[in-house]
Parts: sequence; structure tokens; C-alpha cells
Amino acid sequence: MDYGSSDRGLHVPPLAVPPARRDDGAPPITSTKIVVSGGFGVGKTTLVTSVSEIEPLTTESVMTVMSEATDRLDGLPDKVTTTVAMDFGRVTLADDLVLYLFGTPGQGRFQFMWDDLVRGAVGAVVLVDTRRVEECFPAIDYFERSGLPFVVAINTFDGAPIYQDADLRDALSLRPQTPLIACDARDRRSAADALASVVMHALQVATG
Amino acid sequence: MAAEDGGRVGNAGRSSRVRPYAMTRGRTGHGPILSVETLVTTLDCEPGGPDGSNAPEPAADAADGDMPEVRAIVALCRGVRSVAEVSALLDLPLGVVRVLIGDLAAQGRISVYQTAGDAGGPDRALLERLLGGLRKL
Repeated sequence: MDYGSSDRGLHVPPLAVPPARRDDGAPPITSTKIVVSGGFGVGKTTLVTSVSEIEPLTTESVMTVMSEATDRLDGLPDKVTTTVAMDFGRVTLADDLVLYLFGTPGQGRFQFMWDDLVRGAVGAVVLVDTRRVEECFPAIDYFERSGLPFVVAINTFDGAPIYQDADLRDALSLRPQTPLIACDARDRRSAADALASVVMHALQVATG
Repeated sequence: MAAEDGGRVGNAGRSSRVRPYAMTRGRTGHGPILSVETLVTTLDCEPGGPDGSNAPEPAADAADGDMPEVRAIVALCRGVRSVAEVSALLDLPLGVVRVLIGDLAAQGRISVYQTAGDAGGPDRALLERLLGGLRKL
């Protein structure tokens, strides 16, 4: 198997910055990340694709987890190796500032992987499909516990029912300080605005 | 061989998902902080130079004896890449890429950039720059 992108038809240019200058040690470029979360099929990768300057990529982690069902006579759970995939995109905001967008991988039992992902992140956006509101509950619970600034974005799918903000806040049990916005993940401007809302909220949280 | 666009950079004959952890001799730790968004770049002491315009055959000198996966990382990172990009473009698990990049950094062959999150989270100035950038998209 060949290493590199050619075998998968991906053309991902490197970042257009000079190599690190070892003489003064000053990093000429800073990277940061925003996490995109929500239930399965809610539009996480769509949002990443709308804003990303590269075709979204997938990175995989190999995990050893306990299998859920076991028929071992000694009652010990089996360990199984599984691969968890994570989609991400990239947007260069200035010569020296790059933002990565990471979709949270998996559901439920892979949330332990999120700890590594959210470390150092600006914040998160939790996408909600009003037809399947309950699917975002694990993400909201997770970010409330972790303390990472996050906004909740109602993905405005065609034909999805529209509710009053107060009713949605109630249905989602949102804390008053958590921003609730609408977003069309397919639209670049709308997706970028949702990310800007995350940054604004992070600024508010930082100000206290 | 090594191309700026992360093109073909080697042929490792990798055949399974298990073997990558054999490449790291079972290690999972690393020295510098290597988040998914951490940027890295091959230092220009590596054969071929930083611009990838003159990439040599792997048998040249410093690359001699490297595993194909390490050679691939060195070649790909002649451009600035994030840890996640290296993992995705070389189809190697994130944990393996972290260990191999950590080794290359310890050997002084790859430079690791700081991220906004390294010092306990992005600071106010950075958040304001981010906001301005996102509004201009």
C-alpha cells in the first residue's frame, strides 16, 4: 500500500508557511480547534465541509475496549480492538492562524475519546435535528460536565419542524447562559456564523 | 518521490491494523504535547530541504534505516502539517503517528509548533483574531 493521498484521490496542500525558525524559537503559526458535535447524521460533517478549505479528512484511532456482551464462563469481559473514526477540516484565517474543525467520533461508549479531543479547544457547537432532539443529549451533558464553552445550533433541515426558542430550551434543558442559535450546516456563511458564536461565547466565558 | 501535495512517498507493504503498534514497540507515550491540531514540520537538516523540491531516495543518509512510516512522515511534513493530517493522509492510527512524531521531535528532525491550547487554553487576543477571521469568511 502506498503512503500518501494519491491512492485515495485526496489533494491536500500543506499550509503555506515557512518552516520553524530555530534561531529565535518564535512559532510563526498558531493552530487551534473547535469541536463539532451532536447526534448521528445531524450534519457535523456537512458543517465541517461547508467551512473547510480542504476536503474533510478522516483520522482513525485504534482502541481496545471491553465488549458489551460476553459469554465467557469466567465472567470476565472480552477485550476487543475497534477503530474509531473522526472527520475534520481546516480553515486558514490568517497567515499565522489556522483553525481545525473536528467532529466528535462515535456515540456513548466512545466519549472517553472526547477528553483528548476537547483539551485546548476554543469551544464546541452541538448540532440539533429537531426531529430527533434527544440524540444531542449526550453531547450537551458532556460539554456541561467538561466546562468547555459550547453553543447549541438548531440545524435548519428542509421540512424540519420549527419551534419557539423557549420551547427548545425547555426540551433541551439548556442552562440560561448557553447560547441557542439556528444554523444551516450546508451554507458556508451560516456555518461560519455558528463557529463565530462559539468564539463569542468563549470570550464571554473568559471575561466571566 | 515525496511531493508537496502529500503524494506517493513510499511503499511499506502494510497489511494489517495491528502492526502499527509494533512500529512503536508498544509505546503509547510521547514527549512534546501532540494534540490533533498540533502543527509539525520537517526541519531543513533532513535530506531534500524544507520545500520538498529536492527529495532524495530514502537510502541517502539520515533517512537510512528509518521505517517506511517514518520516511513517509518526514516527507509529508516538508510542508507544515497537523498531527491529524499526518494520520489521515498516511492512513496511520493517531496514536502511532503521535509516537513516531514524538520520536522525530526528540531526534531534532521535526519541529513541533505550539498550539493556542498549550498554555491552558486560547487567550483573549487569539479569540478576537479568530472571531474577526470567521466573520470575514
